[in-house]
Amino acid sequence: MKIAVCVKQVPDTWAEKKLRDDDSTLDREAADGVMNELDEYAVEEALRLAEANGGEVVVVTMGPERAAETVRKALSMGADAGVHLVDDSLHGSDALATSYALAEVLAARNFDLVIFGSESTDARMSVVPAMVAERLGLPQVTFAQKVDVDGSKVAIQRQTEYGYDDVEAELPAVVSVVEKINEPRYPSFKGIMAAKKKPVETLTVADAGLDAAKLGATAAWTKVASFAARPPKAAGTVVTDEGDGGAKIATYLTEQKFV
Amino acid sequence: MKNAPLDHRLPTELRDLRESVAQYSRDVIAPAIGELYINHEFPYDLVRGMADMGLFGLPFPEEFGGMGGDYFALCIALEEVARVDSSLAITLEAAVSLGAMPIYRFGTPEQKNTWLPKLTSGHMIGAFGLTEPGAGSDAGGMRTTARLDNGEWVINGAKAFITNSGTDITGLVTVAAITGTKSNGRPEISTIIVPAGTPGLAIEPAYSKVGWNSSDTHGLVFTDCRVPASNLLGERGRGYAQFLQILDEGRIAIAALATGLAQGCVDESIRYAHEREAFGHPIGHYQAVSFLIADMDVRAHTSRLAYYDAGARMLAGEPFKREAAIAKLHSSDAAMENSRWATQVFGGYGYMNEYPVARFYRDAKVLEIGEGTNEVQRMLIARELGLPQ
Repeated sequence: MKIAVCVKQVPDTWAEKKLRDDDSTLDREAADGVMNELDEYAVEEALRLAEANGGEVVVVTMGPERAAETVRKALSMGADAGVHLVDDSLHGSDALATSYALAEVLAARNFDLVIFGSESTDARMSVVPAMVAERLGLPQVTFAQKVDVDGSKVAIQRQTEYGYDDVEAELPAVVSVVEKINEPRYPSFKGIMAAKKKPVETLTVADAGLDAAKLGATAAWTKVASFAARPPKAAGTVVTDEGDGGAKIATYLTEQKFV
Repeated sequence: MKNAPLDHRLPTELRDLRESVAQYSRDVIAPAIGELYINHEFPYDLVRGMADMGLFGLPFPEEFGGMGGDYFALCIALEEVARVDSSLAITLEAAVSLGAMPIYRFGTPEQKNTWLPKLTSGHMIGAFGLTEPGAGSDAGGMRTTARLDNGEWVINGAKAFITNSGTDITGLVTVAAITGTKSNGRPEISTIIVPAGTPGLAIEPAYSKVGWNSSDTHGLVFTDCRVPASNLLGERGRGYAQFLQILDEGRIAIAALATGLAQGCVDESIRYAHEREAFGHPIGHYQAVSFLIADMDVRAHTSRLAYYDAGARMLAGEPFKREAAIAKLHSSDAAMENSRWATQVFGGYGYMNEYPVARFYRDAKVLEIGEGTNEVQRMLIARELGLPQ
């Protein structure tokens, strides 16, 4: 079985995130880059499926040069090979453009299963896995808290508000995973050393046969007109309870149009 | 990582190792250690997690189940663990550099094949019995004896403050003992492997320590404890030379651990100086606090420089006795000072055991004592400088 895991480098969850003054995109230099947390679960799940069913795990990323660190991390966890799409014209791509680029790269490589983390900690849109599935014409079995592969089928438990749904699809398929699914491993030193010798294919937009006009900030369907720092917290309103506290709070909530 | 200067000069594999250990320490050790520490519990699950990452095999070749790294890689890992907790760091340090390293350095092929795969996996840990109730830095005061009888060593005596000697996963204790008298009249010291559970080896109840609460430390009593003659580790009479070598290396590891503690104090203080407000500003706004933290950063940084230098010399095969002693002396003083001032930054909260800085405060003092007291480090440095002896 050939499994692709799509991973994204994001600013360190612990760091303060900033936007760039020049083009209103995320300032990736302002913070350390780390692998998007949910993508660690995706890599772990891919490794477990490959260990149980046999197969190869290829990690795929789109991002600036230093996103190579994130590919290396997935390789040191145990993935077999990497594909890194890196090109200045990708800068500022929205979810639609990202899904276009990833889908093209994935389509050219014939995977049985494509695994994503269900969202990134920077953009938090959760739409790229579904968009990629749509572009590839594959079933989308998303938000999985459990994944089983049996022959030509993949069965997942899709996490819902009320519990989970059982969802099945024929392979090839696109899966996205939630945090509940597993406990990602920490790279061992042996894994780290082995990662240095694993193949990583670095592609430009031209190498991948992509249309640059569909990529980058200029092709984005939305534009950031302006942005401002979050205002400091206001002092708040203190309601003193003189037997009528409940009524006062209800009045306040109504005034603020919360209820 | 912003608080890890020189990182860009490290090879990528060491940077990745640092990142991997830092993530484990932050995500897994930090949330769990507080309660274990207050209850004086050995952190079996956290040790297993470190074992799964291969940390116990870091400086050993793959043929013995190791990770194929070196001693400096171990130091990098120790710093990152100690940045969050010292009990786990000393458990790792003692298991690798005192438990497994003597067997790797001095063992016969058979001893290595028997013990190393288990020790490097971290599913078993070893201890090293050198210090005695009446003999610490002055190893000449050693009283424990071992005599050959019918093809067996018969060991009698007592050892004190032995790390990792009484856990459920302790597999062996390597014991230094007097095995005769040399031609110059001095005691002949040899080291002998004693498997855990050998009759005649009694593990005393755990000490009540000031800090390192989650590390396992016991006194050991040997009463006609018999092991096969083949358990002699290395050459008979080479015990003294062996542990001098082990201790020289160990000082770099302790320096890395102390650097981690000193850095942990900086990390915690910076965070708190942003959060806590007094007189209308975050306390880091006031020089009374920010200068404290600046000084703490200086100590952590120079400690790191010192142990990196000693480690680089050791790996290059150059003499490193003086540099290891400097690193150990400087970084343990830095850890002590930083924990003192980090506690001050936290005010009353810093005195509460559930805050990491209180744990750092308790854990720092022993660093000025263990692996050769700081007075012994000064003695070594003075000797290396050629001062009259």
